[in-house]
Amino acid sequence: MTTVEHAAGATRASERIGLDRRSVTGLVFGLLGIALIAGVAPAINGTSRRFNFEPPPDPAGIGFHPPTWVIAIGVLFLLTAVLGFAPPDARRWAGPARLLSAVALIPLVLVLSLALSDNPSTNIINLFHVSLVLATPYALGSMTGLWCERSGIINIGIEGTMLAGAGIGYMTYATIGDAQSTGWLWFSILISVLAGGLVASLLAVLSIRFGVNQIVAGVVINLFALGLTGFLRSEVIVKTGITTGVGTSEFGLPLLSEIPVIGDQLFRGKPIYWMMYLVVIGTWVVMYRTPWGLRVRSCGENPHAAETLGVNVVRIRYQSVILGGLIAGLAGAWFSMESQTRFEDNMTNAAGFIALAALIFGKWTPWGAFGGALLFGFSRALGSRLQALNVEVSGFEIPSEFLQALPFIVTLVVVAGAVGRSIPPAAAGQPFHRSR
Amino acid sequence: MNGAKHANAGIGRAASQVHRLLTEAWRLQPLYVSLYAILLSFVVGGVLISIIGVNPFTAYWALLRGMVGGGDQIAGSVARSVPFIGSALALAFAFRAGLFNIGAEGQLLAGGITAAYVGALSWMSDLPGIVAIPLILIAGTMGGAVWGGIPGVLRTKTGAHEVISTIMLNSLVLFGVRWMVNSRDPVVLRDTESTVPRTDPISDTGVLPELVDSQPVLHTGLFALLGICLVVAFVLNRTTFGFEVGTVGLNPHASHYAGINVNRVIVASMAASGAFAGLAAASEISGTNGFFQPGTFFLMGFDGIAIALLARTNPVAIIAAALLWGSMLSGAPLMQQEADVSIDVVRIIQAMVLLFVAADAIVRYLFRVREMDQSPFKATSVEGAV
Repeated sequence: MTTVEHAAGATRASERIGLDRRSVTGLVFGLLGIALIAGVAPAINGTSRRFNFEPPPDPAGIGFHPPTWVIAIGVLFLLTAVLGFAPPDARRWAGPARLLSAVALIPLVLVLSLALSDNPSTNIINLFHVSLVLATPYALGSMTGLWCERSGIINIGIEGTMLAGAGIGYMTYATIGDAQSTGWLWFSILISVLAGGLVASLLAVLSIRFGVNQIVAGVVINLFALGLTGFLRSEVIVKTGITTGVGTSEFGLPLLSEIPVIGDQLFRGKPIYWMMYLVVIGTWVVMYRTPWGLRVRSCGENPHAAETLGVNVVRIRYQSVILGGLIAGLAGAWFSMESQTRFEDNMTNAAGFIALAALIFGKWTPWGAFGGALLFGFSRALGSRLQALNVEVSGFEIPSEFLQALPFIVTLVVVAGAVGRSIPPAAAGQPFHRSR
Repeated sequence: MNGAKHANAGIGRAASQVHRLLTEAWRLQPLYVSLYAILLSFVVGGVLISIIGVNPFTAYWALLRGMVGGGDQIAGSVARSVPFIGSALALAFAFRAGLFNIGAEGQLLAGGITAAYVGALSWMSDLPGIVAIPLILIAGTMGGAVWGGIPGVLRTKTGAHEVISTIMLNSLVLFGVRWMVNSRDPVVLRDTESTVPRTDPISDTGVLPELVDSQPVLHTGLFALLGICLVVAFVLNRTTFGFEVGTVGLNPHASHYAGINVNRVIVASMAASGAFAGLAAASEISGTNGFFQPGTFFLMGFDGIAIALLARTNPVAIIAAALLWGSMLSGAPLMQQEADVSIDVVRIIQAMVLLFVAADAIVRYLFRVREMDQSPFKATSVEGAV
């Protein structure tokens, strides 16, 4: 039994007093819509702006009139609000409208910031690409969580597993490859992956063999990885005297990167970034299209029923958790050998927890989790883009901290307003004991 | 094969000898597992230290002296532990209600900035300390409670999972306080006379009296946090509300049918959880720094999770666990200085302590400790939280 299950009861109870998600978000969107149409649209600069599709000079792109867009999005919000309070027949449109409105927050922010900036245009294809790249660790981390939790093991230790992968991989690279040779780079990435698997097998042994509370086991891993990588950094990496080195290099996908205008921007990337797609697609295929994937899911939902059908629950859980760990190790390698080529203490900086949030956001499904990861990646990309745009409101430059906080606000709104309750696998967190 | 078996039996025999001696020396049945867990962790840490070529006894001797080697060290260790009591209590209370509050760090920040703001208000210097200090502590507590309550409200009103919302709120408040403290145009809460980004110092009347002038200062905020632990222990074990919190944590569905207002319990637990973090932050602001800096509470929520779990969400045990945690972190620098062992070894030992306490099966096996009638862990629903 989880509190999440309870939330069903809670929502029913609150419906009786007329304060459920629909009306709360309806109210918020209604007020936002009115503010946009009556307040913001007349106030902002009416001169035309452009979304570019490629870097200057002379980029292709589309021009637009900011107030028109603001009004259009305002109308969408109002419509969502009205649907929230509509009679029951019309309410089936309320859900999609809410989702659409939540998604529309993203263009709204883009349009508004461009209208308030002294820059008349910005390259949105590049923004999109940066979002995808920044989503890499979140997507990989959420796949880790997906494998573990769908098999019934809660993994709070994604963060630590990634950090261990990052640290141990870079340590290998710095000590035997001098952080320069590309051959050793690949070997070190492999070590990262294996280190992730090793750390995850600790989680597996603790939670499966010893029946340790899984949250505790995850926290142990986080603490342990923080200590171990800090120790390795000061005792090994620092002593090699190598601070930075050669990381993985970018390449374009054949054919696709030949597409005019967008191809060279969108279809270029570094290897771990490309592997991220393979992992997400692979996770989906294996989990939903193979017998083994079905067994994994059954272990997470009802292990005793699975056992009755001849599934070796213990073995499946070990396999899934370790597979998840290998993926987290790859995410770790992204930090220390692709995104940057060095290792710092606590380098993953809560990415593992954000991956966990992406997983919950995506309701424990591969594509949903990938969508969540993309949202976080986009938000981070947007934050730094807006900083570069010099957005000003009535003479005051908007502080960069606000822009950096934006992604988190968007996520909070989306989770509270559009995603709502998400239900974890039924058996997640419960130790399994073989029947006799 | 046979040799290994013998060696194993030897270790087992030695361990059970140790156990028998301890049994006779102290009658501390429920504490055995924890004590052995700590012992084992230091053994593992010692192996690690010898790998890098340092005598583990030298290192541990330095660590021990850094922790409790003298009046100043003891006071410093206790002082370091004080905020951990609050952040661990925050986690523990939410765990009891089946909620996983990852947001203690954000709640500490929210409480801290509120306390620092109230403490630096111009009229504060006109108030006597007996009014000013509680005012600051209450302000911090309220700040934390509001920030902790938001995920609770979101959870009950919209179904948003508290793990996501607390992570998001952590980042939001971090950016918020950074802006308030860094911004020069406009000046929000920045102390314009200071070269480092921090808030204005709080009024002298608002400073908690210090007990020992150690590093960091041991202040009377200690008593506030010890007191709150006892209050929470009482509330959880002896009141209807405490019973409701525990019941909701075990099975919200059944609680609902039993007529408990689950929404109220969830919101109240999250707010209370935030309040404890806020109180810890306010007492730090008032007692040690006298001003607010965004980096002060870095990783403290993270440690709070570990301490709460180490204490098995028991409010009184949290005091002991926080003391262990804080004193180890406080003693580590001396170990680094004298034995040239990275302070991260302490983190590894802490992880091991938590590991062996949680995986009591391993410890019981090694030391032949009998199973307790009921593991307190099974009574809490940490499992249901995520």
